[in-house]
Amino acid sequence: MNGSVARRFLLGLAPWVGAVLLWYAVRWSGFVNESLIPAPHQVASKFVELLLRENLLLDIYASTRRVFFGVILGITAAVPVGFLLGWYRPARTLADPMINFFRALPPIALIPLVIVYFGVDEVAKLVILFYASFFSGVIVMYEGVSQITPLYIRVSKTLGASEFEIFRKVIIPLTVPHILTALRVALGVAWATLVASELIAAQRGLGAMIQNASTYFLLDVIYVGIICIGCIALIMDLILRKISARLLVWQERAVA
Amino acid sequence: MNKVSAKRAKFDHVSLTFDTPKGKLNVVEDVSYEISDGDFIAVIGPSGCGKTTMMSMLAGFQKPTTGSVLFDGAPVKGPGPERGVIFQEYGVFPWLTVKQNIAFGLNLKANRVAASEREAICDHYLELMGLSDFANAYPKHLSGGMRQRLAIARAYAVKPQFLLMDEPFGALDAQTRANMQNLLLKVLATEGKTVMLITHSVEEAIYLASRIVVVTARPARIKEIIEVPFAYPRDESIQERPEFAELRSHIRDLVMNEYRAQQAQMRPASFSE
Repeated sequence: MNGSVARRFLLGLAPWVGAVLLWYAVRWSGFVNESLIPAPHQVASKFVELLLRENLLLDIYASTRRVFFGVILGITAAVPVGFLLGWYRPARTLADPMINFFRALPPIALIPLVIVYFGVDEVAKLVILFYASFFSGVIVMYEGVSQITPLYIRVSKTLGASEFEIFRKVIIPLTVPHILTALRVALGVAWATLVASELIAAQRGLGAMIQNASTYFLLDVIYVGIICIGCIALIMDLILRKISARLLVWQERAVA
Repeated sequence: MNKVSAKRAKFDHVSLTFDTPKGKLNVVEDVSYEISDGDFIAVIGPSGCGKTTMMSMLAGFQKPTTGSVLFDGAPVKGPGPERGVIFQEYGVFPWLTVKQNIAFGLNLKANRVAASEREAICDHYLELMGLSDFANAYPKHLSGGMRQRLAIARAYAVKPQFLLMDEPFGALDAQTRANMQNLLLKVLATEGKTVMLITHSVEEAIYLASRIVVVTARPARIKEIIEVPFAYPRDESIQERPEFAELRSHIRDLVMNEYRAQQAQMRPASFSE
């Protein structure tokens, strides 16, 4: 048991070590100008410096908070909407083209309009992140809900379930996996959109930090920002996967 | 099984047509028969002939195009807990444990019972179906036969007087199938229910049923209704009797003829039942 845990840990660690080695290799290979690639240890020391002197934690907090609330609001709206679309065919016929239209628009393209209508403060950033997570979540939800097997509904009807009981005891449990998937997808999209949303006159935040650093060509700061975003996204995803594993013990998985 | 002459279910000149892109498809045509209290009816016919559709109308999932399907004297309007259905695909709820599956019906408003009684009923069927050791397991850990037993336990738990079974043992291996048939006979002997069983196995029909309805190739019409001459309780020894063999070859001939007829008229629109 312990051996297998250690093995999985090493297996998970290996690609990271590989990436860092590759990073050094590219830097020292001479193919690329060294001043364009800060070494991993330089980025690490920059990270510590930012943490101690520039209040990096505040940036991390600001960004994480935006992503968190954007995703929560987006998915809270996407669940009922996706459910309606998946469940009622007329609703889908009605709304499907429009949803696909808006889904295709990159949130960045909407930034000028968001600034006009929502200003430049926190609300504007939330709107962008809400937009991004809502449309990515709604698709996952409605695809998932429309695939619910009618058999379970028939079975519960023959056992005497009312419409409300079918909803509460059959549909909801069957929807949970799709809500969790929607959350994961939305989280990914929201982190990807974060930098764009912080283009709007953000004082703090990882996106703002990267944005400012690029003005002064501070490559190491950009690297710190990017790695922070990746790490936080990874941690959030891990937490979600733990929650999923707990909620969905009943699911049959191809791989244990 | 005691024979009471009360009529539970009645097919009265029932026909059903599906609209398909290629035109109308007659699935069931002018079917009339009655099922009395305590009857065990087996419906047998070539696959794809519309026998499941017949059951589906009595279960309340489909409405006849013409004629009427009556249950306890009233037209069937929809599914209900007095008509338990055991589906070919089991339909056990994967997100509930074995015990929670059995308790599902008992927790519904339509048949709610006190917690202590619910426990007792669950334990009874867990025991009866040999699932006690798996009470807290999820269905993903069960074999096909166990899933089917769970589906049966769940249907029985709400105490339906009438059971509709759609090829319940079709997907099981021969050994498990024989066990399940014996278990069904045992349960029926103690609980006395009325059953409509859809099957394509001639042996199963004769072994279990008190009456066999042989239906034709699609559209399903009644070919012959046969009384099975064996009294309950039955055991496997009846399968050795000459009457059993005689009946078997008779029914097999009927079904095979229909099967050939179906092959001959096979149209492009092939409906799975």
